[in-house]
Amino acid sequence: MHPAVSVIFFTVTSGAGFGLMFLIGLGWPMPQGGLGVFIALALAGALAVAGLVSSTFHLGHPERAWRAVSQWRSSWLSREGVLAIITLMLFGVYAFLWFFFDIRSTALGLFMSVGSVATVFATAMIYAQLKTIPMWQTWLTPACYLAFSLTLGLVLAGMLSGNGVVGGLPTALWASLSIVLAWVLKMMWWNRAGSIGFSTTGSSVGSATGLGSIGDVKLFERPHTGENYLTREMVHQIGRKHANKLRLIAVGLGALLPVLLMLLAATGVVPTLFLALAAMSLLAGLFAERWLFFAEAKHAVSLYY
Amino acid sequence: MTMLPERQSGAKSLGLVIDLDTCVGCHACVVNCKEWNTAGYGAPLSDTEPYGDEPSGAWLNRVHSFEVTPTDAPAQIVHFPKSCLHCEDAPCVTVCPTGASYKRAEDGIVLVDEDMCIGCGLCAWACPYGAREIDPVEQVMKKCTLCVDRIYNDNIPEQDRVPACVKTCPAEARHFGDLADPTSDVSILVAERGGMDLMPEQGTKPVNKYLPPRPKATADMAPLAAIAEPKAEGGVLGWLDRALDRL
Repeated sequence: MHPAVSVIFFTVTSGAGFGLMFLIGLGWPMPQGGLGVFIALALAGALAVAGLVSSTFHLGHPERAWRAVSQWRSSWLSREGVLAIITLMLFGVYAFLWFFFDIRSTALGLFMSVGSVATVFATAMIYAQLKTIPMWQTWLTPACYLAFSLTLGLVLAGMLSGNGVVGGLPTALWASLSIVLAWVLKMMWWNRAGSIGFSTTGSSVGSATGLGSIGDVKLFERPHTGENYLTREMVHQIGRKHANKLRLIAVGLGALLPVLLMLLAATGVVPTLFLALAAMSLLAGLFAERWLFFAEAKHAVSLYY
Repeated sequence: MTMLPERQSGAKSLGLVIDLDTCVGCHACVVNCKEWNTAGYGAPLSDTEPYGDEPSGAWLNRVHSFEVTPTDAPAQIVHFPKSCLHCEDAPCVTVCPTGASYKRAEDGIVLVDEDMCIGCGLCAWACPYGAREIDPVEQVMKKCTLCVDRIYNDNIPEQDRVPACVKTCPAEARHFGDLADPTSDVSILVAERGGMDLMPEQGTKPVNKYLPPRPKATADMAPLAAIAEPKAEGGVLGWLDRALDRL
């Protein structure tokens, strides 16, 4: 699949924003004082909104994006829009109460947390629902999206609160537990993706053309000499060229370096700085991970090309 | 509304039956489809760089060619026209977030309301057949309309009220009709020739059917083998051939 930069940016940053929102809603330790509260709220809101705004950049008609909230009964993309708007509205009320009256409403926070999880889940389901792309059609896809969203949220929460302690553990340690979980899930996802092919449906050039019962089928001539929308969008090859290097970058910047920085932060020496660096490294690593998520995905229509 | 319509008794399932035995791969259906649909329903089907180095554009119908090699016979070429199959369980319809993509209850045609389309492309991702393409200029999703503006058009002669691709096919490899009616010409054709679904495992229940190529008469390989082994019968060449064989 064609890796659209706007969609990669959207899934990573809105995941980070809703991850942080989830923790704010749970009552995770956050900075004190007007400025601290403002920074925490602004970061969560800005990341979530920036992601959603960027997702409209890949639309042919962004001015009609409002129509996308109408079909929630059948469409995961529509559900994602509806859930994001509801969660952001809850966040707006929560932020208002917290900033102006210093009230962190537990009940409102819980709804906001549930909304954040549901939004990230819906984002992942846009991809995981597609039978045409077996690599994506697994429970591991939403599991990875949710785990990375939680990890980003924890790193940011630790950075904001100066490594606030929850249940006897500093946030940096919670983040390192979360990142291990996320990468275990991602390794399972990659492992499955490496061998899945079209085996979930059993589709092949033979079934795609219906000619498989006669003999071995292979493409003799494409319908046209140049590229078309389908080959550019769904039979995308260039993105896979550097797959191995990008995997190393994803693991290096998205797993190894952040874990090292988290452990340094957990020692209690300038945790804010180390967690800020961990957040930046993790974001960069996840951009590479998300690039591969799209670029390596094989679509059933490629059987015709 | 992007929920699929309830199946009503007596509702039609209009669609195409494509004969892979007779298709000669001339692309006339492709060209006439583009010609009709660039001037008819919705935005024109645009091209980018049509006379440049990298011509590209939106088409609703494309003809691929495949080589099929049976285990016990020589390879054969099968020309394979591909357009929207107007599936009963169309995944492109249910994923649409705006309601632009819909399936008509009365005749099963899958259409896009271009004024509501945001051009997100998710319907094209959901389609296993590659039947949908975004128009490079209008940035809305284009797809086969089954020439909805021909088949119900009272302003054209009755014999022309069939999709443009069907009307133009010089080999008569394309047939149009109601596949929900078991007595229709197309249904009889499908029953007689073993019409098949493309990628039935995707669960889309396509309305369009493909007729497989008829079995070829098994080529007798023996006479070919004689030609393959060149032999000079008489004269100087015959003597030379025999003399060299004996060496």
